[in-house]
Amino acid sequence: MTEKHPHKHAAEQPDGKSHEASPSEEETSAAVTLDTAGGAMGPSAVPVTAQGGQLPGGPDTLVRKIFTGSGMVSVLAVLLALILGGLLIASTDRQVGTTAGYLFARPTDFLSAVWNAATRSYIALFQGSVFNPRGSSLAGQFAPLMETLTIATPLITAGLGVALAFRAGLFNIGAQGQIIMAGILAAWVGFALHLPMGLHLLLVLVAGIIGGAVWGGLVGLLKARTGAHEVILTIMFNYIALYFLRYLLNTPAFQRPGESNPISPILDPSAVYPQIFGSQYRLHLGFVLAIAATVLVWWLLNRSTVGFEFRAVGANPKAAQTAGINVSRSTILVMAIAGALAGLSGVAQVAGTEKVLTDGVAATYGFDAITVALLGRSTPWGTFAAGLLFGAFRAGAVQMQIQTGTPIDIVLVVQSLIVLFIAAPPLVRAVFGLNPRRRKPASAGRSQKAATTGGAA
Amino acid sequence: MKTSLRDHLKRGSVAGLATMGATALLLTGCGAPPEAGGPTATATDYTGCIVSDSGGFDDQSFNQSSYEGLKKAEAELGIKVNQVESKTNNDFEPNLRAMVTAGCDLTVTVGFLLGDATKEQATANPDSHFAIVDFNYETPISNVKPIVYDTAQAAFLAGYLAAGTTKTGTVATFGGVNIPTVTIFMDGYADGVKYYNEQKGTDVKVLGWDKAAQDGSFTGDFEKQDVGKQLTQNFLDQGADIVMPVAGPVGKGAGAALNEAKAAGKDVKLIWVDSDGFLTAPEYKDIMLSSVMKQMGDAVENVVKEDVAGNFSNTPYVGTLANDGVRLAPFHDFDSQVPAELKSELDQLKKDIVDGKLKVESEASPKA
Repeated sequence: MTEKHPHKHAAEQPDGKSHEASPSEEETSAAVTLDTAGGAMGPSAVPVTAQGGQLPGGPDTLVRKIFTGSGMVSVLAVLLALILGGLLIASTDRQVGTTAGYLFARPTDFLSAVWNAATRSYIALFQGSVFNPRGSSLAGQFAPLMETLTIATPLITAGLGVALAFRAGLFNIGAQGQIIMAGILAAWVGFALHLPMGLHLLLVLVAGIIGGAVWGGLVGLLKARTGAHEVILTIMFNYIALYFLRYLLNTPAFQRPGESNPISPILDPSAVYPQIFGSQYRLHLGFVLAIAATVLVWWLLNRSTVGFEFRAVGANPKAAQTAGINVSRSTILVMAIAGALAGLSGVAQVAGTEKVLTDGVAATYGFDAITVALLGRSTPWGTFAAGLLFGAFRAGAVQMQIQTGTPIDIVLVVQSLIVLFIAAPPLVRAVFGLNPRRRKPASAGRSQKAATTGGAA
Repeated sequence: MKTSLRDHLKRGSVAGLATMGATALLLTGCGAPPEAGGPTATATDYTGCIVSDSGGFDDQSFNQSSYEGLKKAEAELGIKVNQVESKTNNDFEPNLRAMVTAGCDLTVTVGFLLGDATKEQATANPDSHFAIVDFNYETPISNVKPIVYDTAQAAFLAGYLAAGTTKTGTVATFGGVNIPTVTIFMDGYADGVKYYNEQKGTDVKVLGWDKAAQDGSFTGDFEKQDVGKQLTQNFLDQGADIVMPVAGPVGKGAGAALNEAKAAGKDVKLIWVDSDGFLTAPEYKDIMLSSVMKQMGDAVENVVKEDVAGNFSNTPYVGTLANDGVRLAPFHDFDSQVPAELKSELDQLKKDIVDGKLKVESEASPKA
């Protein structure tokens, strides 16, 4: 399901890359974009670029807008998706179906059944992801929160990779493949080599990061040298990584001795992340690294020269080139760093939670990461928060399924709805009545002009 | 101007939707409310739980069969049932943990991928009972009952049947993924054909599986039906007229290709696996020669019954022809077309395998 998002953006991407239009042309096209995308939207109070902490002067493409829309839209999109998800849960609920049969005889039954179905599920979701009051001890009550953080770990790091690449103007769909390559290398170091405590884990970590960085860097290299589009490259690289993994899992070197199932031996105890709060939680050192990675990406983007170059290239590669920035170098470097971040997710998988290598090692984290980066507006801390939210969804879904029988797919639907609403900010604003009133037709021309300058200045 | 038009449109569509919704409610909402009544009580407070692998409970394969077995136990014994589907491999451990926390007396897990997670939870919760379908541990765990199948025995009969039925002298099989629980079907099938050739001096060829090399045709997963269709098409082009897909839902791709061939006037047949395809995949019943059945539902149901009665044991259950854990399904519509001689030979073969006179061997056979 998540695989579909990339294509949508891919289709919208093309005009984001060519900025050879003269200023007046650009102005017109921006106005058109605003009008078609925004429709009833008036000029935004805050320039779009400023909302996302962007470099000024960036082209105002649709993809850019989607990725850097206002935080309010993100929050409202989540809210709206949850409401729709609740209605969906209610519509499949048996009690609701029964009461709908005598809606007119006793309408309160129907309404309370709808309310009950939705709230029961969401309460279970909350209990499964944040706090479970029925836990036996304080430790048990907070176990769901720990689970949320555990699941959020790979989402955050992979999401950072996608977000960082996007800030440099690259649409990185390759997190999945980067996680897989990192997982392969990290797992192999973990089960095939037998090294002392400490050193072993360090090597696993380094191997994973290198695996991801090389796989991402290759995309950057191909793009910089040949001009191949990164969306196509990363999609293909995902396939290559997956089939390479499946091939390896069919070779004895990656199987358990005496077995022929495609599952690797368990990683050595010296090769896995220590658990932060003891063995009753799965939360592992990877989460601390995810926080560190978030800080690092924040610093990189906002305080370092390299990050400034990334953002400059992302804002306008031609202008960046003219200003003396080596665009090729930036492209390769940013993809390598994005790959390394996704690599951290791969390590979190094999050394943190799974402790073995299977062909499902990356789960759907690579694709969910795109959604996470999207929801986080491509800012480091936004991505971090979005990762936590999605981790909570995933952790809570288990409890929801057990307690209320709500299918786990509902969470995927909610996730997809979030993406849908983020991609259509005017829709969200319209639903919540936040659209500024349009001015009278006479002043419309002027206000559009203002919107153009407001958006692109 | 544009705005007002848009507003009109908006209002129009909202009104339309509202009318439609109201109509729907009018049509459906006129029933009478039920009388207040007490809920039905459950007979016991025993809870049986099941955790699927990423195939889900509608995989037309082992997840579904195991789930149905548990549901049957629910209906017959009045136990409570908890089920949770795994979407990805990452869900195994949390799901299993949640099941144990929810107070499950017996938790059934499905597939080798859940082997590690089941072992971990079983070791951590020695008072809970577990059963794992299609996987056996090298060293037994005291509270885990493995449920495994010597499927090669039934597949051997299917191979013999295919060799005795083919008109073109070529039969085929393909798998989903090259794993033991799949290749055991293919081993048995190939051996059955080989045995037929030895007995009858014929030269029926098997496409899609080389037992000696332990390699053959695979679709790569248990999802892409179009790949299964393509493979089957290739087999047909190479002269095969009977195909046995061992790939869960991907078998439907094979069925579709064979149905098309049949519509084009070819005499082709399908051998289903896991369940009796004549009943579970009726859209292919015109070409369904037989099925290699793994009675996973029955086994799960029995394990639950044993556990409810307090007779849980960790001795692996091995489904064989002898205990009817695996078997060849009835021929149904093809019954009249299978020669009586072939039928009696199959009966004799089954007897010989049960008696141990005839050994069916596969690398993937359960070692128990």
